[in-house]
Amino acid sequence: MRHIISILLENEAGALSRVAGLFSARGYNIESLTVAATEDPSLSRMTLVTRGSEEVVEQITKQLNKLVDVVKLLDLTEGPHIEREMMLIKLRATGEAREELKRLVDIFRAHIIDVTASTYIVELTGAGSKLDAFIQAVEANSIVETVRSGVSGIARGEKSLHL
Amino acid sequence: MELTGAEILVRCLKDEGVEYVFGYPGGAVLHIYDALYRQEEVKHILVRHEQGATHAADGYARSTGRPGVVLVTSGPGATNAITGIATAHMDSIPMVVITGQVKTTAIGSDAFQEVDSVGITRPCVKHNFLVKDVKDLATTIKKAFYLATTGRPGPVVVDVPKDVTAQRTEYSYPQEVSIRSYNPVLKGHPGQIRKAVDLMLTAKKPMLYTGGGVILSGAQDALTEMTRMLGFPITQTLMGLGAYPATDPQSLGMLGMHGTYEANMAMHHCDVLVAIGARFDDRVVGEVKYFCPEAQIIHIDIDPSSISKSVKVHVPIVGDVNHVVKDMIRLIKEDKRRPDPVAPMQRLTQWWDQINAWRSVNCLKYDRNSALIKPQYVLETLYRLTEGEAYVTSDVGQHQMWAAQFYKFDKPLRWINSGGLGTMGFGLPAAMGVQLAHPDATVACVTGEASIQMCIQELSTCRQYGLPIKVINLNNRYMGMVRQWQEFFYEGRYAMSYMDALPDFVKLAESYGHVGMCIEKPADVEPALREALKLKDRLVFMDFITDQTENVYPMIAQGKGHHEMHLSPDRELA
Ligand SMILES: Cc1cc2nc3c(=O)[nH]c(=O)nc-3n(C[C@H](O)[C@H](O)[C@H](O)COP(=O)(O)OP(=O)(O)OC[C@H]3O[C@@H](n4cnc5c(N)ncnc54)[C@H](O)[C@@H]3O)c2cc1C
Ligand SMILES: Cc1ncc(C[n+]2csc(CCOP(=O)(O)OP(=O)(O)O)c2C)c(N)n1
Ligand SMILES: [Mg+2]
Repeated sequence: MRHIISILLENEAGALSRVAGLFSARGYNIESLTVAATEDPSLSRMTLVTRGSEEVVEQITKQLNKLVDVVKLLDLTEGPHIEREMMLIKLRATGEAREELKRLVDIFRAHIIDVTASTYIVELTGAGSKLDAFIQAVEANSIVETVRSGVSGIARGEKSLHL
Repeated sequence: MELTGAEILVRCLKDEGVEYVFGYPGGAVLHIYDALYRQEEVKHILVRHEQGATHAADGYARSTGRPGVVLVTSGPGATNAITGIATAHMDSIPMVVITGQVKTTAIGSDAFQEVDSVGITRPCVKHNFLVKDVKDLATTIKKAFYLATTGRPGPVVVDVPKDVTAQRTEYSYPQEVSIRSYNPVLKGHPGQIRKAVDLMLTAKKPMLYTGGGVILSGAQDALTEMTRMLGFPITQTLMGLGAYPATDPQSLGMLGMHGTYEANMAMHHCDVLVAIGARFDDRVVGEVKYFCPEAQIIHIDIDPSSISKSVKVHVPIVGDVNHVVKDMIRLIKEDKRRPDPVAPMQRLTQWWDQINAWRSVNCLKYDRNSALIKPQYVLETLYRLTEGEAYVTSDVGQHQMWAAQFYKFDKPLRWINSGGLGTMGFGLPAAMGVQLAHPDATVACVTGEASIQMCIQELSTCRQYGLPIKVINLNNRYMGMVRQWQEFFYEGRYAMSYMDALPDFVKLAESYGHVGMCIEKPADVEPALREALKLKDRLVFMDFITDQTENVYPMIAQGKGHHEMHLSPDRELA
């Protein structure tokens, strides 16, 4: 099962490597990991996507909680939540393809944020599957490069992860 | 008054009540050594190798329950300490290790004797710190001791750059620290405790399985009271020995790979298992699919990640053993189903009959008429002559298992060995820490001719500080534990397990200024031990030339269950 774990972490040197080190040392997999400071500069918020059986994910959350730098965590997949990822994708855009790509961008509610005579850069936000779908939809050899942010997640409604 | 970082560090140790620091100097810690030199309260023990410092501090901690303290220089000093840090980490031993570091402005520049100590130690510490500003030093040291000694204990490394030890600031040692992300739970959940007590009081074939957590918690009295009140059989892990008196009739001895037949059979057949401060290690559990097939399992542990890690448990209780067991005792006392206080075992007569039948197999039997010295006999004699009162440290191998089987520990903090990491070289330096903590006690280091050579240099430290350790070298000319596996599982191909070119241990001991003895005949074992134990102020190195072919029994082979023990070649069970 895929799990999205949200973590409040001390914003200190080395905290990120403790989390990353835990995953490699114990052989857990990381599908994606994002981290940045929060409105409280002493805390970072991390969203970590992993896969494993219930037993493995239980161990992952316990081991994460055991790290002294981990202040609090929440397995978002246990309740209703929103998951978003951002992608920047540079596409070869010449001739007829320019119009074609614009239509596709509209369908996906994406934005073209940079234009040159031969390229577009498209910005697209959504669940990971939407980003995958966009990549599927454009012609494979028109993709120059892609960069994805990794998943950020938040619980819906009253439930929240804060101090 | 402003003090230098080095002075502050030493003052912190003093204010923390540290008696001994085990260490080795070098460039990055010279300011600290200078500060140590200029005071008398904190005593420094100079080892001969940084690994020795960590094991000595570890032995000090295991035999006192107080944290061990280590001081080493940057680079090679820090890397030499890793084995000892990892050893303490695996067995949850409280330890604070101060590593010197190159000056802050040189960090990351591949400076002379620079290693990323925080990075290298990260996977084998409870936590670590790099101090970048002298103003943070005292608080960081306080945090290090707090983290090392509370919750599930463990080693904490504090990496201190040289320039920080020279900077000055006002000194004040914090009385207390709190860390917002770290709040170990001591009290167990009352509902869970009640559920557990219900199961315990209705069990027909109950079993207590206790471990190192009881000793770390200082819960031996509560555990003993509860065990006697319930009349349950009790077995202990290698790390838990001594938390319940081994000579008590309710004790079934150690369980697991080289545990007793009765302990393992009782595990296999019990209907309620109460695991207390034990972590279901693979040397204990054997093959998970055969583990305690009929049991409802209760597990008390302060570390949630120990619970349901390898074996799924039915009633988890997160908390400190001492707190939880005391709560259990209170509930049991109030309960109508409480066993008869005069004869608590009576309710379980059938179960005890069965256990006594397993016991009568006498699984630790060995050949007492051999013309060669049997290692078991040496340990049995050591136990008898020291009346079970010695502190026993051990190295790793067959001798370690025999010591665990044949020295009956009635008290905690007396059996000091590396269980989780299984570190050869641990025994002698650990004995130094024990002897310093208990200057008048008999401290025996049970070792093998291979293990002892991994930290043999510490004989020099023992000489310098006059540590009268009794080294019991069970010399079988083999890495016996390796040889045993090669005999059983590799058709006797003894690859690299023969210990060739051994030194003359008697001369070796003498050259370090100690007493050496070589014992070759069974009849000489007792007189030699008596003589050695009489030499109260000398280290005696006793080289016992033992039967080379002796194996450790009973044994559960890998992939087998507790009910599939192997007794000995000539004694197989149906
Ligand atoms: C050659 C060799 C052979 C071995 N054979 C055996 C064998 O036959 N049998 C055997 O038992 N072992 C054997 N071992 C040792 C084995 O590898 C493990 O080290 C040992 O079994 C672990 O013991 P433990 O479960 O008591 O856990 P420990 O490592 O002592 O861990 C303690 C547990 O208690 C918890 N705890 C700590 N403090 C508290 C507290 N205050 N309150 C509550 N819980 C707390 C911790 O979180 C942890 O889960 C062998 C080792 C070697 C080297
Ligand atoms: C540092 C280290 N290296 C290797 C091992 C693997 N090992 C476990 S027991 C053993 C042999 C120990 O031999 P000895 O000290 O003579 O004890 P014996 O088994 O003969 O009693 C070895 C090599 C280990 N535990 N630790
Ligand atoms: Mg040997």
